[in-house]
Amino acid sequence: MESSIIKMKLFKSIIGLFVFVNLSCSESSKEIVIDFWGLGSEGEFVKLLIPKFEAENPGIKVKVQMAPWTAAQEKLISAFASDNLPDVFQLGNTWIPQFAQLDGISELSEFIHSSKIINKENYFSGIWDTNVLDSLVFGIPWYIDTRVLFYRKDVFEKAGFTSPPKTWNELYKLSKKIKANHKGEEKYAIFIATNEWANFIIFGLQNGAEILKNNNTYANFSSDKFTEAFSYLVNYYKEKLTPLGVSQVTNVYQAFAEEYFSMYISGPWNINEFKKWMTGSLQDKWSTAALPGPNENIKGVSLAGGSSLVISQKSKHKKEAWKLIEYLSKPETQIEFYHLVNDLPAVKEAWKDSSLSNNIYMKAFYEQFNYVVATPKIPEWEQIVFSKLQQYVELAARNVLTVKEALKKLDDDVNVILEKRRWMLSK
Amino acid sequence: MKNAESKLDKYKTGVSAAYLFLAPALVSILVFFFIPVISAFIISFTDFDIYSLGSYSNLRFIGLKNYIDLFNNPLFWTSLKNTFYFVLVASPLSIFVSLGAALLLNSKLVRFKAIFRLAYFIPVVTTLVAVAIIWRFIYHPRFGILNYLLSFAGINPIDWLGDPFWAMPSIILMSIWKNFGYNMIIFIAGLQNIPEHLYEAAVLEGANGWQQFKKITLPMLAPTTVFISIITMIGNFQLFAEPYVMTQGGPLNKTLSVVQYMYQEGFRWWNMGYSASIAFVLFIIIFAGTMLQLKIQKHSA
Amino acid sequence: MFKKVILYSFLILTGLMTLAPFIWMLSASFMYDGHASTYPPRFFPDEITFYQFDNLFSRLNVARNFLNSLVLSIVVTVISLFFNSMAGYAFAKYRFAGREKLFKLLLSSMIIPAQVTMLPLFLMLKEMGFINTYMAIIIPGLANIFGIFLIRQYAMSIPDSLIESARMDGATDFQIYRLIILPLCVPILVTLAIFTFMGTWNDFLWPLISLTDNSMYTLPVALANLMGEHTKDPELMMAGSVITIIPILIVFLVLQKYYIKGIMLGGVKE
Repeated sequence: MESSIIKMKLFKSIIGLFVFVNLSCSESSKEIVIDFWGLGSEGEFVKLLIPKFEAENPGIKVKVQMAPWTAAQEKLISAFASDNLPDVFQLGNTWIPQFAQLDGISELSEFIHSSKIINKENYFSGIWDTNVLDSLVFGIPWYIDTRVLFYRKDVFEKAGFTSPPKTWNELYKLSKKIKANHKGEEKYAIFIATNEWANFIIFGLQNGAEILKNNNTYANFSSDKFTEAFSYLVNYYKEKLTPLGVSQVTNVYQAFAEEYFSMYISGPWNINEFKKWMTGSLQDKWSTAALPGPNENIKGVSLAGGSSLVISQKSKHKKEAWKLIEYLSKPETQIEFYHLVNDLPAVKEAWKDSSLSNNIYMKAFYEQFNYVVATPKIPEWEQIVFSKLQQYVELAARNVLTVKEALKKLDDDVNVILEKRRWMLSK
Repeated sequence: MKNAESKLDKYKTGVSAAYLFLAPALVSILVFFFIPVISAFIISFTDFDIYSLGSYSNLRFIGLKNYIDLFNNPLFWTSLKNTFYFVLVASPLSIFVSLGAALLLNSKLVRFKAIFRLAYFIPVVTTLVAVAIIWRFIYHPRFGILNYLLSFAGINPIDWLGDPFWAMPSIILMSIWKNFGYNMIIFIAGLQNIPEHLYEAAVLEGANGWQQFKKITLPMLAPTTVFISIITMIGNFQLFAEPYVMTQGGPLNKTLSVVQYMYQEGFRWWNMGYSASIAFVLFIIIFAGTMLQLKIQKHSA
Repeated sequence: MFKKVILYSFLILTGLMTLAPFIWMLSASFMYDGHASTYPPRFFPDEITFYQFDNLFSRLNVARNFLNSLVLSIVVTVISLFFNSMAGYAFAKYRFAGREKLFKLLLSSMIIPAQVTMLPLFLMLKEMGFINTYMAIIIPGLANIFGIFLIRQYAMSIPDSLIESARMDGATDFQIYRLIILPLCVPILVTLAIFTFMGTWNDFLWPLISLTDNSMYTLPVALANLMGEHTKDPELMMAGSVITIIPILIVFLVLQKYYIKGIMLGGVKE
């Protein structure tokens, strides 16, 4: 008998320990505390913008946490799964469909209607569109990015091009010329990494391809339009206009500086890195340009990228959370944020600031933002491109499969992934 | 022993107390180990995914489909190939190094054994993640110490973790360094269990050092070696943190391990049914490997 | 003599090679930003700075992660020691129906890799609302089979006569466990304690899965995360490694005798 009493005591004290440990994590106060998660450097630097918000809104405290980009999506979903999502958080805009599907984030139309600060018209339409699912709005663009052409001016001039290519054909001719100018050297015209799916999707979209069909329930990579774009790019590997294999280029900036390649399709996050490497006599030897299009009549589109701010469905302080989003969406806050982390402001008004309008590398981006499109808005998208598309790009680029075979198999694989979606929709 | 136990039996108080003593541990093992194992088995026949995470009504039984998909997926085979590469190269090498170190430290010539043993053992207790981070910088193509040292031998810088050929050997080298001390200790214990008189007799018969090693040390160590091979193999099949921290499975998926693939499918894409089937295949492979080694041991004995 | 010189220089050289990564880690952690990224490499700081550590604690809040690791490792160790020792004792000293079968079942299930249980365990703890709490780490560590095995092996060597005579004196089962078995098992308990403490401190995959929030992370997970963001700051990462490794090293150095004995027990008895 006694033994069980002692055991009970021990048990109680152990349980007491749990309770203590768990309680010690939560604090109580009368102010409303909203949790905010930012990713990577955004999360780190947004902290500096908070004091002003708290001063303007007495009674609201913001607890900012940084989650690393590397495992961001996994962490956010397991936070969702365990009801631990913060009130407001940053979401890469391709992830919005996933969280909306899971009912993890709130629909914002009502807030937007009554807002004096946030209005669809203030944003680039392609970017805004990434936040909209079936005419419901789930996120507010925070900062934006897209991909443009980074190129070597000096190499272009040597190849007889005074302006960047406007069409696919020009891009190809230019690449051939650059390759010819480097005859005998192991140098390339452009870098199309096999592990950057964006290139292939961009060219497909430029060509007017519908990547998924039937309400995004079936893959459509083997459509004529996508096949055309895909073969166009794969040909760059076959003609050795781009290096094959990611490992050959461990440091893209260094490779760019050494003319290992002279063109690279990438985003604003790389501007500072390129600046760091293109120093001395190379300083003014590079620039950025909007992407070429399939022909003279069609503007080359690029991807609508960036991050949005969202409010979790279960948040108890949606009103306060919205205030924070409004604050972060003011043009002046957006400019301040740009100065802190170099993320491009989502609000068009902010682009009038001299730090952006006078920046020579930004022109191409501003131009491109008017021609950006969203990738298919389904939860499976990231899995399709990361785990499937890239795999077949590599196989086609290495000539293990023909373009036709690769796209056929890609379709088959993606259709397997989409089976669940078809079933869900038929329910 | 048996006798004494039966004496205890006379005191009838025993049995119910035994269950009370067992209950906390067994209940937790049952609830948080056996039930999950069984559930994992069941989940592996479902399409548990992100939709199901939202609501269990989106869950279907799909029979063997996960397993069929798995065997048709080149990425799975890649991860399996990499894992076998790791297991088949790292395990024998590390056992070899452990044995060498154990023999050295067991030598009568050596004093201050404890200090050397400690030095060799320290990597074992340290945190794998921290160690992987250190090695990532040691392997750095431009500033790493390894390339610096190799430059004296006239070897050009190698991008250890970025080169598809070198990435896995680099991880293997680090893993041997990290783990050999553990097996070394077990080997030392095994060596100390070999009766001294066997060697004395051999010396009388004029056997040299190598012959002694071959005829006495190795056979006497056989059970220890089998045990070590099994635990080393089991551990190596579970390769995860090294590639997660050092290469994220790259370059070209050359360091993607089965466990990492399982993690990606399960906790990155939330294909939990599929991921559970990977876990079970891993289990079956480890099981088969263990049985194989036990059989080899019996055969040669 | 010559043989000895070669032997010792070999031992010393390999010993230093084994320790070199740690020495470099320690050295780089006291350097200023960028000083560990030079060619030729700098082996020692020009000037010792605590800047990296300061950064870790003041800006990146590593103290919280340190505390998480410490609390969790201690709690898991204490509870599992308690659970395992009771079970190990019962297996060693009581006869009850199915004892051998049960023990064999437990032993043979040790071959099941922990990864198999992770998915359902995640879902289970999610239902219980324990994901991203300390409970997510404590619960799977409540008891473990290896621990029960170690204690059983050890407790079998305790003479039955001791238990018998205590019982004659009117001691209850729990008193016997507490007053006789536990004190006699101290060496193996210490061994098991170090194993559990280190295992929990060093664990990576499970905390990575079951903790979602920066402030809940254990050190290894926090460190892996930092690595994602600070790939270019070796000095900072080395300081983080120092913080992670040093405590475990101290525990080991103080109690190494027990730890090594534990490995031998687990290894040779098989």
